[in-house]
Amino acid sequence: MADPASALTRGDDAATASGYEEHPPRMGFFTDTSVCIGCKACEVACKEWNEVPDDLVGWAGSSHDNSEGLGANRWRHVAFVEQRAPLGTQQANFQRDGGDFRWLMESDVCKHCTEAACLDACPTGAIFRTEFGTVVVQPDICNGCGYCVPACPYGVLDKREEDGRIFKCTLCYDRLGEGQEPACAKACPTDSIMFGPLEELRERAGDRVQELHERGMGEARLYGEDPGDGVGGAGAFFLLLDEPEVYGLPPDPVVTTRDLPETWKAVGIAAGALLAGAAACFAGARR
Amino acid sequence: MSDGQARPGEGGTDVRRRDGGPGRKGRRRDRDFLREDHPGDSYYGRPIINPPVWEEREIAGYLFTGGLAGASSILAAGADLTGRSALARGSRLMATGAIGVSLLALVKDLGRPLRFLNMLRVFKPTSPMSVGVWILVGYAPLAAGAAASDVTGRLPKLGRAAGLGAAALGSTVATYTAALIANTAVPAWHGGRKDLPFLFAGSAASAAAGWGLIVAPPAENDPAVRMAVLGALVELGAEKVMERRLGMVAETLHEGKAGKRLRVAKALTAAGAATALFARRHRPAALAAGTALLAGSALTRFGLFEAGMASAKDPKYTVDPQRERLRTGG
Repeated sequence: MADPASALTRGDDAATASGYEEHPPRMGFFTDTSVCIGCKACEVACKEWNEVPDDLVGWAGSSHDNSEGLGANRWRHVAFVEQRAPLGTQQANFQRDGGDFRWLMESDVCKHCTEAACLDACPTGAIFRTEFGTVVVQPDICNGCGYCVPACPYGVLDKREEDGRIFKCTLCYDRLGEGQEPACAKACPTDSIMFGPLEELRERAGDRVQELHERGMGEARLYGEDPGDGVGGAGAFFLLLDEPEVYGLPPDPVVTTRDLPETWKAVGIAAGALLAGAAACFAGARR
Repeated sequence: MSDGQARPGEGGTDVRRRDGGPGRKGRRRDRDFLREDHPGDSYYGRPIINPPVWEEREIAGYLFTGGLAGASSILAAGADLTGRSALARGSRLMATGAIGVSLLALVKDLGRPLRFLNMLRVFKPTSPMSVGVWILVGYAPLAAGAAASDVTGRLPKLGRAAGLGAAALGSTVATYTAALIANTAVPAWHGGRKDLPFLFAGSAASAAAGWGLIVAPPAENDPAVRMAVLGALVELGAEKVMERRLGMVAETLHEGKAGKRLRVAKALTAAGAATALFARRHRPAALAAGTALLAGSALTRFGLFEAGMASAKDPKYTVDPQRERLRTGG
């Protein structure tokens, strides 16, 4: 493959796979939703630092979430899920009869996949892999073709209509270069958003899940931390307290590029069949 | 699906009543109720993937005009080699016109049309759009050259060579678009990745043959008749296979606007192919068949485009197949 950043290049060291000979360790996010308080400081800090336009349209009718989901103008998005379920071992006493209630809050972000469908699909090279192993769209190259938008299995990228180009989280590439942590992680008051070398974050996440399990929260699980998953492991992964789809996340995403070889094969056979079929139509044709 | 939203705030008292009150056991059943009440849990019914931002007129239109152009070049080359000059010229002109419209539509759909040339910075086999751009860069001048030579009578040898080249590349122009839409997370398109190339090849062939029936005199149109029937059979057959392979996602091919378009498309394609059998003797039959085949092919593309959009907008088409994959371990 001409593109060294191809999804067909397996391995967790995304920067090396993309051709960096010397590079810093792969950096990422571990978002522990069990300590998220839904303050949205991450959404605000992200918008402020990255000059992401305000685009609220009104009340969305979805708990405290009015920013709806990730997109060109929402690079961090806090989901609010209301459930009649116990919060750990606590008694919520939500109703007169002591009903259960819990609020799941999750700050979603670009996953910075090891095998990034957006990067593979981009026909201009605008989307590239940084030395930190993250995935960034270069606004001076992007021509707004929009191919990365449906390529992403998580619904992260989108077109900024008034601009015409595609935007998404850069994992604060400009701050990383200066040794700073991304704006969202910096602003998070509970350290629900943790930033650091991916290896360290995975270790920390493993410990945290074990701790929660010991405390009786058997529903705690990691999402996106496994290099063996359908995107080769996410650079931004999560600790969730329910199934991924409850938070609007796909339960088993697979980078579309993995199926591309068989797709190209079918295209090749179909193109050959088209030529052969046409030849057959002429071979026996009457005058 | 819209009623399957995870909105425990609504109807919560119902849950409580059915559950029979609090308590440890009751609490566990309470959680089960949440599952039952919200099959295929979703986040307020919102899409999981972001639906394509492509304009229907431009991109669904391109799927049609690209196929028509590519297959027309093939038909033109065959007609040229077998001395069917009217069929050759008509098909060459259509190939040139259709690819011209295609290029305009593709550039217009860009968020930054003036940056069209940025696609020529790189060649990426992992991006069907990148591969497609390079195919078009090679194909369009050949198709236009063949048509220009035919119309002006200049450089006939070079014109024929250009026409043969356009036919060879035309087979990929007509089919790569299947990889273009299949190489996404859009459930209806991605799930059809093995079938769409054949569906598109058949649809392109029947469209080009339809145009051939319109422009060629009866003495020359026998290959177009055969291509119309063969193309229609492949198109309809591939669609059948795709419907079976898609499982529950096939709903998007049957329901709503997409379902309506695809039903009409199938009827037009089948009727066009059947009518084509009379095109050798009756000129009106040739015109009617050609028109029906062109319309059928166009509606097929617009129907499949819409089916993809519908499958992207409803989270159940993303979640359910992935859940099924997790359950069956493959």
